[in-house]
Order: sequence, then structure tokens, then C-alpha cells
Amino acid sequence: MKVALFIPCYVDAFFPEVGVATLELLERLGLEVVYPLNQTCCAQPMANSGCHQEAAATEALFVRNFKGFDYIVTPSGSCTHHIRDHLTAIPQTPEVTAVRRNTFELVEFLHDILGVRAFPWAEFPHKVGLHIGCSTLRALNEAKMSEIAGMPFSKPHALLSAVKGIEFVTPARPDECCGFGGTFSVFEEPVSARMGYDKVHDHRNAGAEYIVSPDMSCVMHQKGCAERLGLPLKFIHIAQVLNGARA
Amino acid sequence: MKRIDHAEASSKFIKAKDHIDFHDKRLWDLRQKRDRESESLPEWQELRTLASQIKEHTLTHLADYLEEFERNAQRNGVTVHWARDAAEHNQTVFDLLHTRGAKTLVKAKSMLTEECEMREFLGPRGIEVIETDLGERIQQLDNEPPSHIVVPAVHKLRTDVAAVFARTLGTDPANSDVHYLAESQRQTTRPHFLAAGAGMIGANFAVAETGTVVVCTNEGNADLSINLPGLQLASIGIEKMIPRIEHLGVFIRMLSRNALGSPITQITSHFRAPRPGTEMHIILVDNGRSERLGMADFWYSLKCIRCGACMNTCPVYRRSGGLSYGATYSGPIGVIIDPTFNLRKYAALPFASTLNGSCSNVCPVRINIHEQIYKWRQVISERGQLPMVKKNGMKLAGRILASPRLYRAAIGAAGTGIEYLPNFMMYNRMNAWGKQREVPVTPPTTFRQWYLANRGKKGKKK
Repeated sequence: MKVALFIPCYVDAFFPEVGVATLELLERLGLEVVYPLNQTCCAQPMANSGCHQEAAATEALFVRNFKGFDYIVTPSGSCTHHIRDHLTAIPQTPEVTAVRRNTFELVEFLHDILGVRAFPWAEFPHKVGLHIGCSTLRALNEAKMSEIAGMPFSKPHALLSAVKGIEFVTPARPDECCGFGGTFSVFEEPVSARMGYDKVHDHRNAGAEYIVSPDMSCVMHQKGCAERLGLPLKFIHIAQVLNGARA
Repeated sequence: MKRIDHAEASSKFIKAKDHIDFHDKRLWDLRQKRDRESESLPEWQELRTLASQIKEHTLTHLADYLEEFERNAQRNGVTVHWARDAAEHNQTVFDLLHTRGAKTLVKAKSMLTEECEMREFLGPRGIEVIETDLGERIQQLDNEPPSHIVVPAVHKLRTDVAAVFARTLGTDPANSDVHYLAESQRQTTRPHFLAAGAGMIGANFAVAETGTVVVCTNEGNADLSINLPGLQLASIGIEKMIPRIEHLGVFIRMLSRNALGSPITQITSHFRAPRPGTEMHIILVDNGRSERLGMADFWYSLKCIRCGACMNTCPVYRRSGGLSYGATYSGPIGVIIDPTFNLRKYAALPFASTLNGSCSNVCPVRINIHEQIYKWRQVISERGQLPMVKKNGMKLAGRILASPRLYRAAIGAAGTGIEYLPNFMMYNRMNAWGKQREVPVTPPTTFRQWYLANRGKKGKKK
């Protein structure tokens, strides 16, 4: 199994520890993981702004970096969503469609492809609020959406449930968008910040010490909100918890 | 034509803390009631599919159904008028009223007449229009457009309504009891029903096989508006057609459940023919709908039955209020319809979304709302309607992110990260990120640097 690791630009720049945890976790599970050194970004920032033309060269570079792998794994739901559903600014050659098809967000890769359910090295003795980003929720369908009836399920929750000592708290609106939204966070700053404030208050009011998430971009925004508000909330990526981080 | 600045308008809305708290909670409450009601029907998803198929079929055979509707309405004794646009609609209404000497028009709720700015047209021509829906009346008296397509004054607190009524209806400004306020509106509106020369309704559905206009209300004001005056008008957008009366059940089962979380509206009225000795006129209005029907990516928006559920679920709408969109239609459905009226003016609206996708999931007719929002962004960019700061930022980002060398130069060294690459994400629009949020701390190394140090160039563990 040839597995490539895609570390999104904002994780590379701001949260290298999330990349490290993702890599170490995959290695712990016995995989040989390649990190293509010329990778940059999936082109989502341009594409979500309507700038397809501006996204094309970055998308082409992404495909050059990640062609030929059986799986491309990344700790980011929205990047996976972009690659899988929206990487369309370049001609759809068999190479491009294969890269799009083979890209997986970390949780779905662990849950669906590897079928991992045990993380004996992991222990996280904290009260945790789980934040699943909207792309991870609705585009990757990793958990039940509150607006659609059906049996409850949650892949991130299923994985975290195997972590010793973890205790979940449930906010009043578990799947309300936190307001990051990529460039929305700066071009619609007033609403974005208000949504972020509401989100971190909701988690804090439910008694969360930590917000754990498969989506670091949401976390970057929520962390910035919580710090500004002076809320005693800590943030950590699901890869770090599953890889055995204690705090 | 001034462009709408949704961000700026929402910032004002957010500053009124009591208002935004109430607005968000009230609409989220409607969302939750809608969840419970829709979950009570095991066939909900099947109903959505059926509703979507009926609408899709009708829209792809629209000319035939419109003519069938016209024939049947005429057979029922109704006069049918066709209006190409808002101007033709308003002129038709005016001519009908003017030639019959009607000076007052009582009307039920209609987003179409808002779209046509009918009150603004008729007022200066000597015709007084009285909105009789409670929420619409509040908005009319306060000189504001409706902020929500189902609950038009939802952005107001009852104390705001007390102030508006005190100013316009002479009520006690200190009394904000909802029963008192509603009763005051009722008592002051009643005489208008009796005195008006003409009454007007909109339509929730128009049934082609019978020529029936179906209106769903909770206040009974539509029935009074059309059952009392001698001249009865119905303004109908051409997309309101459904083929047969049997199709109505699909929509009626969903409409109020999805809109308000109630199984059905208090009143569902079928208007078919004028009362003896009176006249009834139906105006079928296009106003851009045919053009929208021809848009490959956007014609699906015409399936909308105006339940407002996408607005109630939208986290952005709940926190910015309908008026911040500066358009007849606000919220998710608004941002995909408004650009068809004026791309330049409404170019900011498709960006007033986090693309979270819950709007599409609650849509009773399966409009792919968030996908259309995404598409509109492309159209806006391609037609040169993005703000320069964003367009240039994206060009720069696209160049940097397409080059491993430039990318690494941008984020490579500690302390320089936020000055280059994430500029487009963080430091635009006068440091918007940092206004209310802390900026992430740049770590000593990037992931790539860690990787090279710990796994080596060949990817082996050191």
C-alpha cells in the first residue's frame, strides 16, 4: 500500500505538531508513509473564492505531487472535500481523477479503510467537546447531521471512544458551523467572529476543557476566539489524541 | 448602483446584543421544531424527492402548464393578465384599481409584490396599500422591507413593535404585551378590510388543472383581503405552478412543517372564482424568471416554495439579519436568487456563506443551495465583480501556492509566516482576523522542516 501524506499549508505553517502526530500515528499502524517534499496546498482558498483560474496551477502541482499513490491521507476535512469534490480547475485526466478518488481525510482513512478501532497507547483524561467541521460532516458524511433524521453515528467519536479516560460533553448545538469558512473569516469578519464566540461559549458552557477536532482550520479560528475572550479552553487535533498525546 | 456590503451591515446588526441573541435563538428554535416535525414523518426524504420531481417536471414544461392554468382560470370567470416584469405588473395593478376608482388596496403577504416594489409604485399614484399580515404590517409601519420571507419582522423585539405601534397606531408605548399589540393591529386593520376598494393575495401554489390559487396563512388575513372587497387580485410568480390538485398534498405536508415546525398552517385557502357580482384578476409575473430558467447552473432555484427553512438553519443569516442582505430575498435562497436581478449590486452576497451546506439539507424541494452559492462565486469572479483586494490576493496566493520555492520562502522562516502566505487568509481587510481573534503563534519550524530533520530526504526515520 503506497500512502502519501498531505499536510495542508496552514498546518505546515502553524500547526506542525498536527502533521507530526498524523505521520507518527500512521507509522504506528504499520504504514510506510511518503511525504512528497514539493507539496504546498490543495487550492481551496482560491477555488472557494470563485477564482478557478487562479486555482489551476496549484491544483496541477497537487496532482504532480500525489499521483501514483494508492492513498493520499490528510488531517483536514475541507481540503479532502476540495480535492474530492471541487478539484476541477484543470482538465480531468485519468491521473487527476485517480488522485481525487484516492484522497482521504485521516478519520475516514482510519475508520473506513484501515478499520482501526483500538488505540492502546492513547489516553486523554479530559472533558472533551468534539467539533466536526462542516465539510467533514456534510461533504465527507463522517457523522449524522442534526437536520437529517436517522440513526446517530459519528466516525470521529467512534475512534475517540477507544481512547482511555476520555469524557465527552455535548454542547447545545453540536454541529452548528463555527464561522471559519476560509476567506469568510476575514471578508465577513463580524459574523465570523460572532459565530466563533458562540461556538466556544457553547463548548465551555457544556463543561469542555478541550475541543478536539479533525479540522484544524476551524480550531485555528476557535482558538483565536477563545483566547481573545479569555475562556479557559484548550484545543487539540484528533490525530494528536489518537497518537497518544496526554494534554 | 451601490454595491451591497453585507459584512458592514451585519456588523451593525451584531452590535445590538439583545437583538442578535433573540434573533439567533428564535430562528434556531424554528429549526429545531422543523427537525422534530420532519422526523415525525418517516417518508420525509421521499416527500422531498417527490416535491423536487414535481417542481422539476413543471418547470421543464412551464409554458404548457401556464397556458393550462390560464384556460382554466378563464373558465372559472377570472381575468388573467401577463406581466413581463415588475413595471408591467405594477402598471396592470394600477390600471385595474384606477379604472374602478379604488383608492385603497388591502393585501396579504406576497414576496412578489416586494420584489416588484409595488407599494412604492402605487403610493405616489394615490393608492393606499395596507399590509394585513401582522409581520408585514409592522414592517410597513416602520418603513422597512420584510427581513424574512415567512416571519417578516423576526429581527424586532416586542419592545420595538410597541415603539412602532405607539408612533403609528397610537398605542401605549410602555405596553409591549404581545396580545395587546396583536389586538391593536387587528382592531386598526379591520376597518380597512371593510372599506377597501380592492384586495390582493399572493400565491403559495397555482394549480394548472383547476386554475386554483392556493394560499397558506395563519392569520386569516388573506381570506379577509380577498373575500370582502369587490375587486380581487392575485399576483403570482410563474414558478408557483403545479400541475394537478393531487400534487398539492406533497407540498402542504411539507410547507409549514419545514417553515415553522407546525404540521400545517391554520388556514389553507383555495381561491378559484370571483364571488357573484365581483371581479377576480390574476396577474402572472415573469420578472426575470424565464431568464433564470435558462441558466444551466441556477434554474433549480425556481423550485423554491418560500418556506424559509434555509434562512432559519443558516448560521450567517441568524447572525446578520435579513436586512443586511439589502435585497428582497435574504439568507441562502436570497444569495442565489438576488444576483440574477443585479450581479454587480449583489456580488457580495454569495460570499456571505461559510458553505456549511445545512441549507441544502433542509430544503424541501432539494435545491442544491450551497453548490449554487459556490457556482455564483465563480460567475462573480469571471465577470470581474470581485473586490480588487480579494482578486489580487487570490492571484498572488495562486502564484505562491503553485510554486514550492515561493511557498517555502513565504512560510519557511519562523516569524515571517504570517507576513506572506497567510496574508490572504488572515491579514486582509485591515487586519480583520486580529480584530476579535488572536493570531496563531508561528512555531519555530514548519512541518516540512521537522520532516527533513527527523525523517530525512528519503523519508527514512532518523
